[in-house]
Amino acid sequence: MEAIRKFIKNFGWPRIIIALFLFSLFILAPFVGVNIGSSLTDTIMRFSMNGVMVLAMVPMIHSGCGLNFGLPLGIIAGLLGGTLSIQFGFTGPLSFIMAIVLCTPFAFLFGWGYGKLLNRVKGGEMMIATYVGFASVSFMCMMWLLLPYSNPQMVWGYGGTGLRTTISTEGYYLHALSDILNIKIGHLEIPTGTLLFFAFFAFLMWAFLHTKKGTAMTAVGSNPIYARASGINVDSIRTLSVIMSTWLGAVGILVYEQAFGFIQLYNGPFYMALPAVSAILIGGASVNKATITNVIIGTFLFQGIVTMTPSVMNSIIHTDMSEVIRIIVSNGMILYALTRKTEEAR
Amino acid sequence: MAKNTLNQTGADKFKNLVSNNLVPIMFIIICAIGIPMSGYSGTYLVQEMFTRVARNSFLVISLLIPIMAGMGLNFGMTLGAMAGQIGLIFVTEWGVVGIPAMVLAAIISTPISMLLGYICGKILNNAKGREMVTGYIISFFMNGIYQLIVLYGMGTVIPIKSSTILLPRGYGIRNTVNLIGIRKTLDNLIPLRIFGVNIPIATLIVIVMICLFVLWFRKTKLGQDMRAVGQDMEVARASGIKVEQTRILSIVISTVLAGYGMIIYLSNMGALNTYNAHSQIGMFSIAALLVGGASVAKANIRNVFLGVILFHLMFIVSPMAGKNIIGQAQLGEYFRVFVSYGVITVALVLYEVRKRRDKAVSGQILAQNQKEE
Repeated sequence: MEAIRKFIKNFGWPRIIIALFLFSLFILAPFVGVNIGSSLTDTIMRFSMNGVMVLAMVPMIHSGCGLNFGLPLGIIAGLLGGTLSIQFGFTGPLSFIMAIVLCTPFAFLFGWGYGKLLNRVKGGEMMIATYVGFASVSFMCMMWLLLPYSNPQMVWGYGGTGLRTTISTEGYYLHALSDILNIKIGHLEIPTGTLLFFAFFAFLMWAFLHTKKGTAMTAVGSNPIYARASGINVDSIRTLSVIMSTWLGAVGILVYEQAFGFIQLYNGPFYMALPAVSAILIGGASVNKATITNVIIGTFLFQGIVTMTPSVMNSIIHTDMSEVIRIIVSNGMILYALTRKTEEAR
Repeated sequence: MAKNTLNQTGADKFKNLVSNNLVPIMFIIICAIGIPMSGYSGTYLVQEMFTRVARNSFLVISLLIPIMAGMGLNFGMTLGAMAGQIGLIFVTEWGVVGIPAMVLAAIISTPISMLLGYICGKILNNAKGREMVTGYIISFFMNGIYQLIVLYGMGTVIPIKSSTILLPRGYGIRNTVNLIGIRKTLDNLIPLRIFGVNIPIATLIVIVMICLFVLWFRKTKLGQDMRAVGQDMEVARASGIKVEQTRILSIVISTVLAGYGMIIYLSNMGALNTYNAHSQIGMFSIAALLVGGASVAKANIRNVFLGVILFHLMFIVSPMAGKNIIGQAQLGEYFRVFVSYGVITVALVLYEVRKRRDKAVSGQILAQNQKEE
């Protein structure tokens, strides 16, 4: 009994409720005529699409910068990489590799500046991160219109200038990863390539956190004064974590696009941080603590709910309330995490 | 003798003056470039300014009280806006028109705002030190609940019959609700026209009254308590102020005022954008207050009016200026969104940096005093 109570306390009630909710959706599904195989396929596909972006939360949480609400900055670096790769005429899977290569300098540059900024506003990171994200997205709205892109597949047909709001990745990096070792059993389809790609990054992150630099990062996050006393350069470690986070965000959006099939520019990246933030929190992370397991569990639970609710709910009550449920669950989870740490500190 | 100011040279003072008013100065420059570029006439701009000041000031004023209590910018003001919108949906359903409709909407919104404000305050008390980001997420969370009620609850659980505001499927409110019954009623209550400019006297009177209320409120016992809590929570607690309760009250008052402000705003607009109006208004009000030179810790009524005027001047001229400079009005529209977010970012960063600088300054003062001794 004591063990169960301890488990519940560690795992947290909201998580248990969400897990039970998802579980009951899977049990309900066959009875209301929803195919388990195809819903499982959807869940796994979405999991693989979003995994890297959720992983991007880990370094900044570890170094004590809080939840990275500024993820759109990384996404913008990724979008720049993707569009440049198409602009330079790379096609097929090569364009995906080139997109990652091209997004890297942007991600480093943005991340470096963003990290320097966050070092000056310790304690108020999350609010400022949110607005750095918003400001950069709206700045890029102007840039997408002005930058001299010329590939006819990307620019508006009538004006000849300015990028379109959505660009198809077909012929470029569409399914660059998803088609590798793709397994099909009846309705069930597993995008092994994307999953392996995510697993590779998750492993790298895990390994990094066990190196000397990684341990230093955790130390900075849990006790900056102690870290400084033991000779760690707190500011440079924090900047490093922000650069990592931004770069993972950039790679994450490219993985997302190759599975989704479209590049969404302009207002597309505005609210992309919130699903990633709430996914890692659902997985059991808090504002100052996160593991790879949190990422995997959280992404699966969050994407599971996002996929399962519309199909099951639609069959039961013939209304699509999924959007509203998604808003309430994801923001409720963030609220829970934001209000919890102070209780522990007391 | 111990002094509590730092010995500064003239150049330092000038630098401080600029850095303390960086945001308004930036805006004055943007407007000074934008106005001639847009090619708008002076009369048109003055007319627009009167309309916008009347439309937005009340909402911006609702932000002042939580700042006084040290809770930062109240991103949860959207909760009040939602309550105001629910009030307006009901009066439209009942077919009430004119001033009575606005008063009735305000009466309906009050208990909803109070409840939402209370919940918001309670949650914020659990997140001391990060009120703003929490308030911001609360507004998202409540937006979900609002959609649940308005999109699924109205017409099913809550009796709404009018087919003009219901979606064709029979429940849920339409994306836009026409508020023809209260459109500009307050603005045109006392008609006044000077040099071809319509001045919404009645609305301005209401705004002056709320300004007087805020000024009076500062001097009341509760207002003093709030300022004490804003200065230092622990000191306030030690001197017998109920800190938690005071903080909740400040949010409740702000939310109720935001609800009234939203009703005034929407009566001027004449149409309710059911699912977007509240979230937009939160961002614009906060940006306007910051443009006026307010900071997260300090704001007064002068900031409100200066901010509303400068911010909306930029808002009006930028699409036309964009069109005349580059040939694309769209660019100007993106520009003004960028500026709104950019201003909030800059103001938040400056606040955090200044907080650290002030700490450093108090250290320098101490060192200076010791040296003199």
